[in-house]
Amino acid sequence: MDLSIRDGEFLVLLGSSGSGKTTLLRMIAGLEQPTSGEIHIGDQRVDGDVPPRARGIAMVFQSYALYPHRTVFQNISFPLEVSRTPRKQIEEKVRWAAEMFSITRYLDRYPRQLSGGERQRVALCRALVRDPKVFLLDEPLANLDAKLRNTARDDLKRFQRQIQTTTVYVTHDQVEAMGLGDRIVVMERGKVRQVGTPQEVYEDPVDTFVATFVGQPPMNLLDTGDPSLPPRTLTGFRPEHFLPQSVFGSGEELRTFRFAVRRVEYLGSDRYVYGSVAVSGTPDATIIAKLPATIALAIPEGETHAFAVPRRALRYFDPETGLRR
Amino acid sequence: MTPSLPPRRTLADREDILGAMMLGPALAYVILLVGVPFAFAIALGFSNATAGSLSFEWAGLDNYVAILGDPIFLRALCNSVVVTVGSQVLVVVLATAAAQVFRATFRGKRFARFVLLLPWAVPVSLAAIAWTWIFDSTFSVINWTLKAAGLLHGWLYWLGDPALALLAIIIVQAWRIFPFATVIVLAGLSSIPQEIVEASIVDGAGFWRRLFRVELPLLLPVVAVAVLFGVVYTATDLGVVYILTGGGPANTTHVLPTLAFQRGILGADLGQGAAIAVFLLPFLIVVAIGMLRLAHRTEVGGAR
Repeated sequence: MDLSIRDGEFLVLLGSSGSGKTTLLRMIAGLEQPTSGEIHIGDQRVDGDVPPRARGIAMVFQSYALYPHRTVFQNISFPLEVSRTPRKQIEEKVRWAAEMFSITRYLDRYPRQLSGGERQRVALCRALVRDPKVFLLDEPLANLDAKLRNTARDDLKRFQRQIQTTTVYVTHDQVEAMGLGDRIVVMERGKVRQVGTPQEVYEDPVDTFVATFVGQPPMNLLDTGDPSLPPRTLTGFRPEHFLPQSVFGSGEELRTFRFAVRRVEYLGSDRYVYGSVAVSGTPDATIIAKLPATIALAIPEGETHAFAVPRRALRYFDPETGLRR
Repeated sequence: MTPSLPPRRTLADREDILGAMMLGPALAYVILLVGVPFAFAIALGFSNATAGSLSFEWAGLDNYVAILGDPIFLRALCNSVVVTVGSQVLVVVLATAAAQVFRATFRGKRFARFVLLLPWAVPVSLAAIAWTWIFDSTFSVINWTLKAAGLLHGWLYWLGDPALALLAIIIVQAWRIFPFATVIVLAGLSSIPQEIVEASIVDGAGFWRRLFRVELPLLLPVVAVAVLFGVVYTATDLGVVYILTGGGPANTTHVLPTLAFQRGILGADLGQGAAIAVFLLPFLIVVAIGMLRLAHRTEVGGAR
């Protein structure tokens, strides 16, 4: 793979488990050695003999990896002690970092006395005081409950904007990736599938893997057998673009389908409609439509409806290679 | 229908009775072979009983007064403390070092681990006899090695010089206990979350700082348990000193168990022997409670 990270960028490595995203992060950190290839941080080549401490990196682990026998203050000050920073300066820096994450009142506590969210902020503080060139974050929000994750995500983004430090962030959660990343790297089995802004990755996936991996529910893929297309072409469209024909205005160029509805899932803000369309190539493929709550139209199960996709929202893929056509 | 299943509760279902039945033999064994002699020993310590006579009279604290005024006893008490503390310090250092070695992967690791555990598995008396040859006044392999390396001028009489003899005892006791301690420390090391170790690497800590500021503090509860075992094994051991020096030269290397054996069994003064033997008990109990509390207090638990 060939990947270059811009200065000050928030880059997210997105992939399922086993995609190599964490390994890549650990190689940047120096915890693992690449079998071949080069890693540069700034203008320094770091693969090979440069130990983690000399790379100017700071890392936050999924479990936070706080030192359980040290107080919050001692946890945050540890990297400074190691680099023989004068005591007074340590004190100042720890206070500064603790204030930034509003954990000043926990400084004398031990990690076991803190909640998950507080521990996560201590771990970020410990990374922050080192003034690293690069932040490496390994799923730092994965151990938080869903409610806390939203605020933590917001805090994290705000903090990164403020200090403007290059950040590499590993996650398997696409919502996190879309929300946090300036750019997203979609990885699969050790290979980079696509690098781009969240919008590029979502709207213009380079292949069927990215198309189905990013987005919830995933992009619909089917062989329509359209005579205007080259033979054996997969047509893809997002569930939110697949709507009852009647909701579109007359000016829109549409591709219409007969949609046999099997089941409707009511999710509050949306309705997911599961069914299939009668086309030649892939007759059994399940197609999902995502109807926002603003469309109040009744969709009875077991009936066939006229659905449509705007032509501009259609994407075409080669079924053999999975690549965009 | 399932005809083979017994319709009523069988013995195997009755956990109350079954539990008592299975614990019974062990309990009887401990009471008969540990509890009763222990009670006898305490009673004997307050009597003037001797071997070879059936007379038994209470002597109050006479035995304790006598031994506390006895320079040989005081020397033995002092030796017990020196040997126990000295050997355990050595054990902690050796076990920590060995555990670091065995954490790495290398060729022949299984064989090395087997060899490491040998001292612990060998009967104390056999090992002590082998060590008497290592410390032999004429054939001492240590002396000959040092001589050949040009490090020794003159000669070391390992078991003939009181200070060297005590050092020899400390070495053998440490050698005997440290494999066990290594295994315990190794288990403790593997219980430290890998991410914490990696965090300290990323934070810039080198090997020594990682060892002293991160790993050892986290190992403290485990090391305390290992040392507790070591203290009890060493302070109560008769065999090593008895075989190595027999308390000599001139009663200078006695520890409490050997002195108790000499006075009580060989010297037939059962009362005094028992008094010497149980003398250390209160101290050992205090040490044990102290270490267990230390282990408990520093048991910080993982990050979550």
